[in-house]
Amino acid sequence: MTVDFGYRTLAVQRRGWSGIASLRAALVTLALAAATVIGVVVSISTGTYDIPLDEVVGGLLGTADGGTVLVVREWRMPRALLATLLGVALGMSGAIFQSLTRNPLGSPDVIGFSSGSYTGALIVILVTGGGYYAVAAGALVGGVVTALVVFVLAYRRGVQGFRLIIVGIGVSALLAASNTYLMLRATVEEQLTAGVWGSGSLNGLSIAELVPVALVMLVLVPAVLTLSPALRVLELGDDAAGSLGSRPTSIRLAAIVLGVALVALVTAAAGPIAFIALVAPQIARRLTRSAGVGLIAAGVTGALLLVISDFLAQRLFAPLQLPVGIVTVSVGGVYFVWLLVRETRRR
Amino acid sequence: MTVLDPPAVATVPPRSRLPLTRSLFLAAAAVLLVVVFLLSLCVGARGIPFAEVWQVLWRPDGSETSYIVREMRMSRATLALLVGAALGVAGALIQALTRNPLADTGILGVGAGASFAVVVAIGLLGVTALSQYLWFAFIGAILVTALVYALGSIGAAGATPVRLTLVGVALGAVLGGFSSAITMLNPDSFDDMLRWSAGSLAGRGWPTLVTVAAPIAAGLLIAAIVGRPLNAISLGDDLARSLGANVVRTRVLVIIAVTLLAGAATAAAGPVGFVGLMVPHVVRWFTGPDQRWIIPFSAVGAALLLLASDVLGRVVIAPQELEVGIVTAFVGAPVLVALARRTRVSAL
Repeated sequence: MTVDFGYRTLAVQRRGWSGIASLRAALVTLALAAATVIGVVVSISTGTYDIPLDEVVGGLLGTADGGTVLVVREWRMPRALLATLLGVALGMSGAIFQSLTRNPLGSPDVIGFSSGSYTGALIVILVTGGGYYAVAAGALVGGVVTALVVFVLAYRRGVQGFRLIIVGIGVSALLAASNTYLMLRATVEEQLTAGVWGSGSLNGLSIAELVPVALVMLVLVPAVLTLSPALRVLELGDDAAGSLGSRPTSIRLAAIVLGVALVALVTAAAGPIAFIALVAPQIARRLTRSAGVGLIAAGVTGALLLVISDFLAQRLFAPLQLPVGIVTVSVGGVYFVWLLVRETRRR
Repeated sequence: MTVLDPPAVATVPPRSRLPLTRSLFLAAAAVLLVVVFLLSLCVGARGIPFAEVWQVLWRPDGSETSYIVREMRMSRATLALLVGAALGVAGALIQALTRNPLADTGILGVGAGASFAVVVAIGLLGVTALSQYLWFAFIGAILVTALVYALGSIGAAGATPVRLTLVGVALGAVLGGFSSAITMLNPDSFDDMLRWSAGSLAGRGWPTLVTVAAPIAAGLLIAAIVGRPLNAISLGDDLARSLGANVVRTRVLVIIAVTLLAGAATAAAGPVGFVGLMVPHVVRWFTGPDQRWIIPFSAVGAALLLLASDVLGRVVIAPQELEVGIVTAFVGAPVLVALARRTRVSAL
């Protein structure tokens, strides 16, 4: 029994488990994943100290000489893997929020998370002077509290997507204004520390940061994927979704919690890396030519974008290291504009 | 009027939909505006009694008071009015055009273009005078908006709202990234840049006012004539066409108006983004969906918000000043959130 969806599909049916995906989406996702792996290998092998490809493998396995093993295992591999994982997190959280608000401008910023985490980090920097874990904790608290406040303020017998957007705009604007106020009264050093943190950066991250990130992702990603079909249904609108047996408010709450958790992880680990959450789902949608925002495709696209951006951030003005957030914005933006322009040419 | 006001729009209480009530509302807001305007002449680092202000207003006597009132505070208050009206109308227009409640005046790249040009001016060219920022910002805004429109309208489908929005956001982000890269590589310009981007009306004076008055006036004029076709466009492009509206012409006119209004406002005061985002939302809850009411209400409401915020910014931490861009968010955001909770939410 096959159903004609208008495109070629891959269908799997096993006892108690079945799935269907567009063939193109599956192939594109695989290609993006392969490109990400290549990007990771390339960024491990290049740097101030170039390592040939065969020695990269040796470095990973521990058979190469001590220096190479150190560089590969302790410095470059954790950083490249972090870029991959955080990219997946950003892409997925963006896809969740765009599906939730049914708005291509939807991103975790909608719920005020970024402004809130910036406020938290800024206060920590101004009061204590910084430190990786202190700033990360400040950002986490700031972001989560803001998201909670937005959700509670938007709650009136359920949360409507539109009211959530409006309340989010208001709260974000308030926090952004406080951030500007705090920044203007800070010293130049504090301004720069906050500025670099605020762009998002993977500089100096190592295996100590990779392990907790990987563990959290192991929990979050399956949860997000489980929620994926329900989100699809919710895109039909609350009434239609309700009549199909879905419970819009609880699904929306779960989606927001997961989306915020993903972006909170990124912010705590590397600062608020801008734009990937916004652009990865849109790029993925165009590459897979699907109608909705696919979570897996968005995640893989996010990973590829962040890996490429971090490679450029390290190498572009070497030895000067740019914050990766600045590069993501340029790489993602330029590619997205190109994609948009090309899209209409074909029609 | 009656044709475009179908009974289906029953979310707004019927009383406020009467044209007379709306006109009275508008008049009341205008009166309030005059009161705040006069107040802003009295309040500042040095408080001046109203009687004295009134006197030097009509008979300048060359005294210090006369100078403060006529040269400094008059120009500043008038600039607040103009910039406020420009931001409010630009916001209303862009939300109507893109049919997106998240759209603000920055969406067409106006804000990003202006900021990028100013960063280049400060960071790479070493410009330091406020009066020169004005030109960089204005030209940057126009060029980037033109680029957004050009990129957005390639192809047969033309510049649909979604494509314009996405191109604008993407290009804005790219420029934003370049801007931060330049500021990071020139730490000395960081503070200047930050100060400009907070948005302030301090120390602009009459020359700035004269420069931005013409583009803002032109923009407001265009806004006055696109209300009707925008009402049709709110039904979707196809339906609008079948109603006889010229979609492409309206779109181009609106974009020109937004560029002039938001470009001039940003050039004069820095990016005060929140006003244009918030005021049309608040206004819509009072007027309903008719653009011909939303546009004038947004103009008056935004002018009021900006002027009141400017007065407040001079008072709260006197003798220091709080930048108007910061105060508008602090004043406006609670209002927006409270209204979103109170009113039955009306989407665009």
